[in-house]
Amino acid sequence: MHNFLIANNIVKQFSNHLALDRVSVNIPEGSIFGLLGPNGAGKTTLIRIITQITAPDQGEVLFRGKKMTMDDVYHIGYLPEERGLYKKMKVGEQALYLVQLKGMSRAEGLKKLKYWFEKFEIQTWWDKKVEELSKGMAQKVQFIVTVLHDPKLLIFDEPFTGFDPINTNLVKNEILRLRDNGATIVFSTHIMSSVEELCDHIALINNGKNILEGKIDEVRARFKPDTYELKFRGNTQDLHDALDGGIEFIEEPTHGGVGHLILKQQQRIPVREMITLINSAVDIISFEEVIPGMNDIFIRAVEGNDRKA
Amino acid sequence: MNKINLIIQREYTTRVKKKSFIIMTILTPMLMAGLIFGSGYLATKEDNQTKVIAVIDKTNITEGAISQTDYIKFKYLTGTEIEAAKKDFLKSGYYAILYIPENVLISNIVQLYSNQQTTVGVNEHIAKALDTFFSNIKLKNENVPLDILKRIATNINVSTIQWTASGEEKSGSAEIVLMIGYISGFLMYMFIFMFGAQVMRGVMEEKTNRIVEVIISSVKPFQMMMGKVVGIALVGLTQFVIWIALTFGIFYGAKFVMVEKSAEKANTAVAANIMDKANAGMPQISTGQYEEMFKQISGKFSAVNFPLILGCFLFYFLGGYLLYASLFASVGSAVDNDTDTQQFMLPITIPILVGLFVMMNAMQSPNSSIAVIFSLIPLTSPIVMMARVAYEPPIWQLGLSAFLLIITFMGSIWMAGKIYRTGILMYGKKVTYAELWKWLKYKN
Repeated sequence: MHNFLIANNIVKQFSNHLALDRVSVNIPEGSIFGLLGPNGAGKTTLIRIITQITAPDQGEVLFRGKKMTMDDVYHIGYLPEERGLYKKMKVGEQALYLVQLKGMSRAEGLKKLKYWFEKFEIQTWWDKKVEELSKGMAQKVQFIVTVLHDPKLLIFDEPFTGFDPINTNLVKNEILRLRDNGATIVFSTHIMSSVEELCDHIALINNGKNILEGKIDEVRARFKPDTYELKFRGNTQDLHDALDGGIEFIEEPTHGGVGHLILKQQQRIPVREMITLINSAVDIISFEEVIPGMNDIFIRAVEGNDRKA
Repeated sequence: MNKINLIIQREYTTRVKKKSFIIMTILTPMLMAGLIFGSGYLATKEDNQTKVIAVIDKTNITEGAISQTDYIKFKYLTGTEIEAAKKDFLKSGYYAILYIPENVLISNIVQLYSNQQTTVGVNEHIAKALDTFFSNIKLKNENVPLDILKRIATNINVSTIQWTASGEEKSGSAEIVLMIGYISGFLMYMFIFMFGAQVMRGVMEEKTNRIVEVIISSVKPFQMMMGKVVGIALVGLTQFVIWIALTFGIFYGAKFVMVEKSAEKANTAVAANIMDKANAGMPQISTGQYEEMFKQISGKFSAVNFPLILGCFLFYFLGGYLLYASLFASVGSAVDNDTDTQQFMLPITIPILVGLFVMMNAMQSPNSSIAVIFSLIPLTSPIVMMARVAYEPPIWQLGLSAFLLIITFMGSIWMAGKIYRTGILMYGKKVTYAELWKWLKYKN
């Protein structure tokens, strides 16, 4: 997996604030890359620089090892967060117009649009005016237009807003399928559950700086709080005695005689030793390391960063 | 380039397919033609009704002085007082009562009483007749012999004849030139304003509906702006060409119908004697008269240099439009909603209005210094110069004005491109002139 898209030390200054302060991201080919961060962190600015809409004050964007140019934009499909369509235009006509602007010929665009409209079961919308569509329906059309020309790089900014769970799933599966077909996907969202589900890599941007980057598993491992979840049958007091010292207990409600505990290590005790100690006191039903969710990581990283700043 | 074409195509077709465009394009020339023919028809119809005017003459000398026409008759009432006549007016069925007081020679005033607004034709007829009559009396009182009066009576008609460069003579018509100057100047004002505002609304639609965000990754902002500007210009040209074609079509169509039909009618006049009687109320104009009328109108128009006017109209429309449309586009890109446009619209509207006012003046005196100056200033030249073109201004003035206009619209497009590029992606910020100035200086 060589590096497909690299943003190098990007600086962008707006009249009264620094939107991006030496931000670097490294997007591997064939990955789904989560670009995260609170509102106003600079994600949209970074995306606009990658898509060549604005130019950075400093730094450069490398696409497949070469400095990115306007010609490379053809290989990008970009679904912006704020997206609209001409209200008075018909859906099909408009979709055709947008894919032609991407550089597709009319005939090819028409053929592919028909295919996608059938796939999403929206053929009947073709002659409807956009103003007759609901928000979710319009989003579907925009999604199709974004991916239609088989771009190598796809950038989705909040792709799921306005979708019901069924359509969210439909789009999710489509995104995964596009990745499997070789596209690289940059994915910006606030919904952390979808990040866990989809992303391989993430970068977290806060106040114009990249504060966290890496493979999602590694990032989560970095944030693991040395906490374990234990379900067992037996006497809680015996367990206390066996593990005396070095471990903090948090008792969870018991169900049907099954004890439930969260164990937090105070001092490093090897896991194998810990299990031996527990095993001597009670019958283990399950023992599991607690891996933090992206939600927790997001909040902890951003708050930690804000405190430093 | 291919992308700009796509944008132009979309801007053009969506607008040309609109019902409002089709209706306006077809209806306007019809309305204009209808107005011309209709008012002409109404004027003849008005004259049709025979009007009997009672005259109460305290001087007792004017009887026969006011000539009777086909439709205006005079009846002298002797021994009736004006008060009594006014009281019986409704029963009498007179159109009006003309009261000539005894002291008319000193006061120069006669009164026309009626229960309706009397027509200009009637008033003028009476005034003209009495004018001549009483001034003759006055001259006679001063012992000027009558036969001298008859000999010195003159009525001058000014018939204007222009040379062309080749020395050929053609009869001109000041009214026609005035009319054409007025129409083309006003049309220019309308076109620039109407289509300029369309550009602004289009840009705002794309910005507020966030359509730009979707398109901007495949097209450069400048391409987007120019595509819109050019597309709408083509809409304007389409409308203009259809208007011209329809107007000429209606004119020649009407000529054909009227001349041919009345010729037919003349041929079958004997057979259709009864029908003619039924039509007795209609103005009876013979075929020859129709032909004469159209020949006269055509003759008057032939003195006008239409290729020059049309050529100038196209040039000044494109130039003026490009200048103003780019300004309108930058306003549309800078604001978030309609109410914010006001502050930026004013500086654009004022020069257009100034142009309109100067044009009114330029029509009367096309070579006055104010007309010349404002027909050189690019912000007003499209409107003012159009009013002057029918008078065929010096070629250096046309050239200089055109040159300045081209320079200026190139500058304004360049400037608008810079403002547009920044403004189109800027939301939720109250934009000031200082802010716009900053945008102009941004590198990218």
